[in-house]
Amino acid sequence: MDDAWQPSCSLKLLRLRAQVLRDIRCFFAERAVLEVETPLLCHGIGTDPQLDFFTTAYCLQPLQQALFLQTSPEFAMKRLLAAGSGSIYQICKAFRNGESGRFHNPEFTLLEWYRVGYDLPQLMDEIDELLALLFAGSGLDSTQRISYQAVFQHHTGLDPLLFSYQEYCAYAFNNHIPDAIGLCGHDQVLWLDFIFSHNVQPHLGANALCMVYGYPACQSSLARLNEHNPKVAERVELFINGIELGNGFYELTDAIEQDRRFNGEISIRQQRQLPLSIKDNRLIAALSAGLPDCSGIAIGLDRLLMLLSGSAAINDVLAFPVDRA
Amino acid sequence: MAIFSTNEFKAGLKVMLDNDPCAIIENEFVKPGKGQAFNRVKIRNLKTGRVIERTFKSGESLEGADVVDVEMQYLYNDGEFRHFMVQDTFEQYQADQKIVGDAGLWLKDQDFCTVTLWNDAPLAVSPANFVELSIVETDPGVRGDTSGGGGKPAKLETGAVVRVPLFVQQGELIKVDTRTGEYISRVKE
Repeated sequence: MDDAWQPSCSLKLLRLRAQVLRDIRCFFAERAVLEVETPLLCHGIGTDPQLDFFTTAYCLQPLQQALFLQTSPEFAMKRLLAAGSGSIYQICKAFRNGESGRFHNPEFTLLEWYRVGYDLPQLMDEIDELLALLFAGSGLDSTQRISYQAVFQHHTGLDPLLFSYQEYCAYAFNNHIPDAIGLCGHDQVLWLDFIFSHNVQPHLGANALCMVYGYPACQSSLARLNEHNPKVAERVELFINGIELGNGFYELTDAIEQDRRFNGEISIRQQRQLPLSIKDNRLIAALSAGLPDCSGIAIGLDRLLMLLSGSAAINDVLAFPVDRA
Repeated sequence: MAIFSTNEFKAGLKVMLDNDPCAIIENEFVKPGKGQAFNRVKIRNLKTGRVIERTFKSGESLEGADVVDVEMQYLYNDGEFRHFMVQDTFEQYQADQKIVGDAGLWLKDQDFCTVTLWNDAPLAVSPANFVELSIVETDPGVRGDTSGGGGKPAKLETGAVVRVPLFVQQGELIKVDTRTGEYISRVKE
């Protein structure tokens, strides 16, 4: 008999999810961080060439226009920050087209928060406190903080900030990933993604939170560059048991630099013939008006629930993953 | 032949890789939040039987391989080739020892087996999971011994050697699991 009407997670997981949501709201209420809601349907959308989005048709006769399902609430939340909201958090759905697998569902839940006046180390302290609270029952070992360069070098012997095609090829050849050579060519960013996800990430955070900071500038995304070393970005990623759990930035506040990065990504999209994205000019306007110094992070709550419950697949923690939606 | 994208790589799908027909075993979607999406694929080369791991950029594609499993009747061995026939169409195929491999140890004339065809030529042969074969050679056992322990080697009519309980005698028909090569039971004729 077809049982696709039933939830794919257990009822116990529904209760665990509710408990986690309560704990998070309590954590931020105690710290006077304001809970906010921003639209899932937006006029603008992220330009990141690695993120594919959903486009919807908004019909209000005679008007018809495209609205996008947000890939993250980041832009709208930064507009609130620029408007003087102070520190804020949100628990919401985010949508990424074409992402489906053991750790991916095209619709997933994010916890995203911003701390006005915090630099990255201060935000990392708070992340540590929140996760310690959520994992109180399962007893994580002590948190590890390590730079991208150090962790990459430790696991591969390669310097991620100094790309040498010959050395990277030799590494791939000697470490049973020769297919990396053809796949990555001379593209440094691709090499870093390939080697990091295959040979570094699986070792990160064995029964502990591992925070990797100081990403190479070529992977800065929406982070500002380090003021003393422009080769690295003020970006942090979280890992537990080799699973990527979240991504945070000491946020870029420079409107001109942000606009430049958007335009760069849009031209990459054109070169690769990817769907055209509409850059969020309201974010640029908000940055021009003045985004306060802040740090922010997004954490995937479904993956967090996987880790809390020891589940092997994201479908084990979702009531209705996309194939049952 | 059809083209399959990484999203369609499901266990069992047959594709061409490095000019050899292969079967997908496992496909894992790997994507850093801010980076390139990959598919790490475990794949079996159907010619050599070797399992390898390959990484693709998500969205890349491979050509499908014209590989099908067909149930056939094993006819005979002419010394160089084994001959098989499809029951419905009487179509005949021949395969040499390299292709038949260990399956040859379980093939008895007239029995059914599965022949994997690649572009309509045999690529591999798999025997039925359970076969019934008679014992052509084994030491006389102790009568009355019904214990499970111990056992003795017995040579079967197809050439395979399996361990059987001591009470099983030469000339008897037995049932064997070809996946493990283990004796299951005696068969009453």
